[in-house]
Amino acid sequence: MIGPHEVQVDAQGRLRHFLTTEGLSRALLTEILDTADSFMSVVDQSVKKVPLLRGRTIVNLFYEPSTRTRTTFELAAKRLSADVLNIAVSTSSATKGETLLDTVRNLEAMHSDMFIVRHNQSGAAHFIAQHAAPHVAVINAGDGRHAHPTQAMLDMLTIRRHKGSFQELSVVIVGDILHSRVARSQIHALNTLGVGEVRVVAPKTLLPAEVESLGVKVYHDLDAGLDNVDVVMMLRLQRERMRGTLLPSAHEYFQLFGLSARRLERTKPDAIVMHPGPINRGIEIESEVADGPRSVILQQVTHGIAVRMAVISMTMGSRVAEGADA
Amino acid sequence: MSRIRISNGRIIDPASRLDQVTDLYVVDGRIAAIGEKPADFRPDSEIDATGQLVCPGLIDLCARTREPGEEPKGTIASETAAAASTGITTLVCPPDTDPVIDTPAVIELIRQRNELAGKARILPIGALTQDLNGEALSEMAALKAAGAVGISNADRPLTNTLAMMRALEYAATFDMTVFLRPEDPALRDDGLVHEGAVSTRLGLPGIPDAAETVAVARDLALIERSGIRAHFCRLSSARSVRLIARAQHDGLPVTADVAAHQLFLTEMDVMGFNSNCHVYPPLRTQRDRDALREAVAEGVVSVICSDHQPHEPDAKLAPLGETEAGIAGLETLLPLTLRLVDEGVIDLMAAIARLTAGPAGVLRRAAGTLTPGNTADICLIDPEVFWTLTPERLRGRGHNTPFIGWEFRGQVTHTLLNGRIVYQRNSS
Repeated sequence: MIGPHEVQVDAQGRLRHFLTTEGLSRALLTEILDTADSFMSVVDQSVKKVPLLRGRTIVNLFYEPSTRTRTTFELAAKRLSADVLNIAVSTSSATKGETLLDTVRNLEAMHSDMFIVRHNQSGAAHFIAQHAAPHVAVINAGDGRHAHPTQAMLDMLTIRRHKGSFQELSVVIVGDILHSRVARSQIHALNTLGVGEVRVVAPKTLLPAEVESLGVKVYHDLDAGLDNVDVVMMLRLQRERMRGTLLPSAHEYFQLFGLSARRLERTKPDAIVMHPGPINRGIEIESEVADGPRSVILQQVTHGIAVRMAVISMTMGSRVAEGADA
Repeated sequence: MSRIRISNGRIIDPASRLDQVTDLYVVDGRIAAIGEKPADFRPDSEIDATGQLVCPGLIDLCARTREPGEEPKGTIASETAAAASTGITTLVCPPDTDPVIDTPAVIELIRQRNELAGKARILPIGALTQDLNGEALSEMAALKAAGAVGISNADRPLTNTLAMMRALEYAATFDMTVFLRPEDPALRDDGLVHEGAVSTRLGLPGIPDAAETVAVARDLALIERSGIRAHFCRLSSARSVRLIARAQHDGLPVTADVAAHQLFLTEMDVMGFNSNCHVYPPLRTQRDRDALREAVAEGVVSVICSDHQPHEPDAKLAPLGETEAGIAGLETLLPLTLRLVDEGVIDLMAAIARLTAGPAGVLRRAAGTLTPGNTADICLIDPEVFWTLTPERLRGRGHNTPFIGWEFRGQVTHTLLNGRIVYQRNSS
C-alpha cells in the first residue's frame, strides 16, 4: 500500500494530487502559497479569468453537503477557465447503491480531468487517487476526520500575508480537535512551514489519542493556551457534540473554551483570529471578536479561492507537462 | 484396508513430546504405529518423507468458510481445499453464518456439505443466543447433541451483563466450552482501527484497547461465578493477556488464542489506509504485538488461529471505513507460525503445539496428535523451501491478505485427512 506522499508527488517532485498537507515538503507548500499569491491579482481584476485550463473538465464530487468549500472550488476552477461539473452524491447514484469506484470510473469515461472530492470517510480522496486513471488529478476537499488541505493552505496564506513568515510564530488551535480534519491539516502545514510552537486547546473528550505525536503542545485551559500567541485558530463545534458524553452544554463550552474579547487580551497585541466557518456565534467565538479588528475570517474566504486556483493549476499543470513529455 | 507408510520423516508430535526421525504407519485412516512396523504391515503406498517434518494435521480454531449464506466470499469446498493445501485438517467455524448456527438443522447442513465437498473437517460452534441477538438463549443442549463443539456469540458481544451471566450459567449446565470474543461495544463505538497515534494521524475513529480489557475483566468475573470453562478468542492487547495470565494463575479454567496476523502486524501497517489491514480486533501497537508474542511463547496463549475471513475483491475496494474487516488467513497460518521460529520467538515444537495440541486441548478432543489409535490427520512440511506469497498461490476464494509479497520458509507437501491424501504439492 502506498502512502499519501508517494501518491501526491510525481517523480519530478511536482504535485500530482493534493490529498493532505502531511509529508509534503516546505518547498512545495511554499510554492502553493506563492502561486496563490500570484492569483490574488486575478481575483482583484475586473475580468477575473485566466485561460490556463480552457477545455479541461473538473468534477466537484461531493458526498457531503458543503456550500462554502464547493462554491470556492467552483469559482476557482471557473477563473482558470475550466468547465465545472457539480455532483452532489446524496441526490445521485450512490443512493442507488453504486460504489465510489464505479462513480469515479463513469466520470472518467466522460473525460474528466480532475476530481475534487468531499467525503465523510477518512482516506476517500486517497483511495480515489490510487485508483484514478493516470491523466486524472484528485484534490481532497475534506475526507472524514483526516484532512482538509486546501483549507489549511488558505489559513497559511492568511497567516503569511499578515505575519510575513512562519518562523518564531506561536499558533494555537482551539476546539474540537478530535473530529477536525481542518486541525490535522493545519498542524502538519504549520509544523512543515517551521512555526515555532503549535498549541491545541480542548477538553480531553475533544482531543484524539496521543495528539502530542502530531507535534503539538496540549492545553486544557484556554487562558494559558492563548498566552502570548500570534495566531488564534478557532474550530467549528458541531451542535450534536454539545450534549451527551462529549460536552455537557454549549453554555459550559463557551465559558471554558469560547473566545471572548477579554480572553483575547492574553494574546500578542497584533494577534489575528481565524475560523474556518461557518461560525457558531456565542459558542466558539463571541460576535465582538468575530467581527472585530483582529478577525481575518472573511479574508480567509477570499484567500480560499486563490489557494484553490493554485492547487488546481499545479496538480493539473503536472498532468499537462506529463502529457507534453509523453 | 488401506496402508500407508510415511518413511524417514522427522516426526514432531507436541502432545507426546515426540521429535524423532523414523517411520509412521497408517492403517485404515488411523495412526497404527510410529517407529516399529506393525505386524503383517504391507504398505499399499509409501510417502518418502526424508528431510521433511511430519506433524499432526493442523487445527484452526477460528475460520469462516462463508457457507451457508455468503458463498461469493467462499464455500466449504473452496476453503477446505485451501486449508488442506496448507496442512490444516480441522476448521472450527464460529456461528456467524447466514443463517446463524443456532439450530441443529444448520449444523446438519454444514455436515452434509462438508461430507460432499470437504477436504478438511469442519467443526461448528453453536450460537450462544438466538440469531446472535444477545437476548434469547439458543437451544444449547440440542446444538451440542447435533455436534457443536462449543458455544459462542461470535463477534457480537452481549451488551447486557445479566443476559451474559445467564447464558454462561446455562452453557455450564451442559459442560460446554464458551468461546468469547471480548469487547465492550459501547467503548468500540464507531471505531475502525486501534485508538492511538495512527488513528489520530489518519483521522480514523479509534477502538481503545480498553474496549477489550474491560470485557475480559467482566467476563472473567462471570466465568468465576458460573464455573464455566471459557476460551478467549483473538486477543489483541497486552493488558488482555496479562489479565488472562493472572486468571490462569488463579486456577480459572480459561484458555486463549491470537490470530497469526496479530503477531506480525501493528497499527503502523494501516498507514496509507491499507484496507487489507482493516481487521477486527484492530492491529494494535508494537508493545501489544510483543506482549502477544510473549504470551504465545509462555503458553498463556495456547493457540494461534487464522481468523480466516475471505472476502470478494469489492469488499476491500472502498475507503477504509466502508470496507469489511478481516484477512483471508488460512494460507498464512502455518507460514507465519513457522516464521515465529525463525525469528526466535518460540521453538519448532512449541510452534506446532500452538496449531495442534493447543487447539485440541481447548476442544477437549483426542485430536491434534500422532498417538497410535488416533485419526490419521497428518501434515508433511518441507522445512527448507523458501517461497513468496502471490495471489496465484492462494487457493481460497478470498485474496484479501496484506502478506502478498512476503517470503516464507517451509511448505506443506502432503496433507492427510483420515488417512486419505487430500493435498499433495504439485499434483492437486
